[in-house]
Amino acid sequence: MMNHPLVKWIDHRLPIITLMNKELNEYPTPRNLNYWWNFGSLAGIILVIMILTGIVLAMQYTPHKDYAFDSVERIMRDVNFGWMLRYIHANGASFFFIVVYIHIFRGLYYGSYKAPRELLWMIGVVILIVMMATAFMGYVLPWGQMSFWGATVITNLFSAVPVFGEAIVTWLWGGFSVDNATLNRFFALHYLLPFVLVAIVVLHLWALHRFGSNNPLGIDAKGPQDKIPFNPYYTIKDAFGLGVCLIFFAWFVFFAPNYLGHPDNYIPANPLSTPAHIVPEWYFLPFYAILRSIDNKLLGVVAMFASIFVLFILPWLDRSPVRSGKFRPIFKLFFWVLVLDCIVLGICGAKPAEGKWLYISRIGTFWYFLHFFVIIPLLGILERPRPLPASISEPVLKAPAE
Amino acid sequence: MGVVATGAAVWPLADSMNPSAEVLALASTEVDLSPVAEGQRISVFWRGKPVFVDRRTAEQIKAAEEVPMDELPDPQLDEARVQKPEWLVLVGVCTHLGCIPLGQKTGEPRGEYGGWFCPCHGSHYDTSGRIRKGPAPLNLEVPPYSFVEDEVILIG
Repeated sequence: MMNHPLVKWIDHRLPIITLMNKELNEYPTPRNLNYWWNFGSLAGIILVIMILTGIVLAMQYTPHKDYAFDSVERIMRDVNFGWMLRYIHANGASFFFIVVYIHIFRGLYYGSYKAPRELLWMIGVVILIVMMATAFMGYVLPWGQMSFWGATVITNLFSAVPVFGEAIVTWLWGGFSVDNATLNRFFALHYLLPFVLVAIVVLHLWALHRFGSNNPLGIDAKGPQDKIPFNPYYTIKDAFGLGVCLIFFAWFVFFAPNYLGHPDNYIPANPLSTPAHIVPEWYFLPFYAILRSIDNKLLGVVAMFASIFVLFILPWLDRSPVRSGKFRPIFKLFFWVLVLDCIVLGICGAKPAEGKWLYISRIGTFWYFLHFFVIIPLLGILERPRPLPASISEPVLKAPAE
Repeated sequence: MGVVATGAAVWPLADSMNPSAEVLALASTEVDLSPVAEGQRISVFWRGKPVFVDRRTAEQIKAAEEVPMDELPDPQLDEARVQKPEWLVLVGVCTHLGCIPLGQKTGEPRGEYGGWFCPCHGSHYDTSGRIRKGPAPLNLEVPPYSFVEDEVILIG
C-alpha cells in the first residue's frame, strides 16, 4: 500500500502515512507487556464508542427542562435502536471508568508515573478529571430525580469556597437554582468535552511514544532485542482483550442495562422534593465517601479534590528508583491495601453517612492520604528492593527450560 | 495592556453564563397568607426553590425564643429571624448541600427539634429554622421579604 502512487503523492506532501506507520505499525514496544497493558487502548476505543453513540443520541435529545425527560423516553421507545444506543452510552460510561481505573492502578503498581514519564502520567490525571466532569454532566441530561439532585449537590460543593462561593454557584447555575439554564449549558459542555478529551489523549499518546511503554519489569529496554513491533503483536493482543471486554459490556447492555443506574432517575426531576437517599454513580462513590467523612463542609470538599490532585505530585512523592512493584516487596503489600481501601471507600459512599459507615469512611480517608503522603515517601527511603534483572529478555532466557 | 484586553474579551463570555434578565425578572413572588391556619406550613416557589412559610403556634414560638444561644451552632435570636413572630419565612434549602428538608407535610419527620429534618445527610432544624444537629453549617436562610398588606408578603 505504501508504494501506491496516490499514497506516495499524499505522503510526500503530508507525511501522515509515514507517521502512522511509525507510531502504530513499526512502533517498537517492550516484548514483555502483560494483559494489564491492554487497558489504555481499551479506554481509547470506549471513548470512540461514547462519541459515536453520543452524537446520534444528541440528534434525538432535547436539552430543555420541560422536554428532556420525555425526549429520553422517546429515544427508549420510538427511536430506531434508541434503547440500544442509550444503554450502550450509559453503560459505556461505567465501562470507561472501570477500564480507566484499572489502567491507573496498573500505572501505580508498575511505577509508570516515574521519570521520564511524569508528564505522561500528569496528562493522564487531567484526562481523569475531564472524564469525571463529562460523566457528571451527562448524568444530569435525562433530568430525572437523581440527575437533578446530583447536579444540585455537586454544584453546591463550590459554595464551600470562601467569600466567592455563592457567586460561583449562581454563575454555574445561570440562575438561583439548578434549572433550565443549567441543563442547557451542561448539554453544551457534555458535547464539547469528549472532543477536548480526544485532544488530551493525543497529547497522552505523544508523551507515551516519546519514551515508549513502561513494562512489568520496570527497566528500560537495552536494545532492539528487548522490543517487538506493535503490529501485529500488540494489535492482536489488544484486539483479543477488546473482545473479552465487549462480552462483559454486551452482558450489561443487553441483560442488565439498569443494574449500574439508579431507579430514582426514572422519576422526572422535581425541584420541590429530594429523594430520601442521594447517591452518585458508582464511579464517584469513593470520592463521595471522602467528602462526607469530614464533618466540615469546606474541609470535606478540599479533601475530595485533594484525593485526585495528589496524583499529580505522586511522581515526586515516590522517590524509589525502582519502578516496578514486582521488585518492591513492601510497596507491593501497601499497593493492595490501597486497592482495598478504595473499594471500602466505594462501599461507604453508597451507604448513609452515619454510624459505623461514617467511622469506616473516616479510617478509609485517613489511610488514603497516609498512603500517598507518608507511606510512599518513606518506602522510597526505607525499602530495600529486590535485585533487578539485567535486561527485559534476561529472565526469559535464563528461565529453566520446561 | 494584554491582560486588560484579554480580560475585556473574556468577561462577556463568562458573564453571559450569569442569570439572565428574564431569570432576574422572576426574582420576586407575592404570597397571600390569609388561608393559612395556625400550625399550618405551606411551600411557595421562589427563584426555582421552595420557600417555607410556617404559621407558628404559641408553643412553637415559645420553644424557639427560649433556646439558649450557646446551644446553637449558628447563634441567632428567634426575633432576628422573623418580622412577626407568628410568621416564619425560610428558604427551604438545606445549607449543607442543597437538599429540601422534610417537615412541610403532615406525617413527615420534623427532626429532633420539631422544625425540619434533611434526609440527605441528617441535619436537624428547630422551630426557628436554626441548625441544631448534623453537618449543615448555617441556619435555614431567611429570604428578603416584606408585608405589603397585613396578610400578604412579597418575597424577593
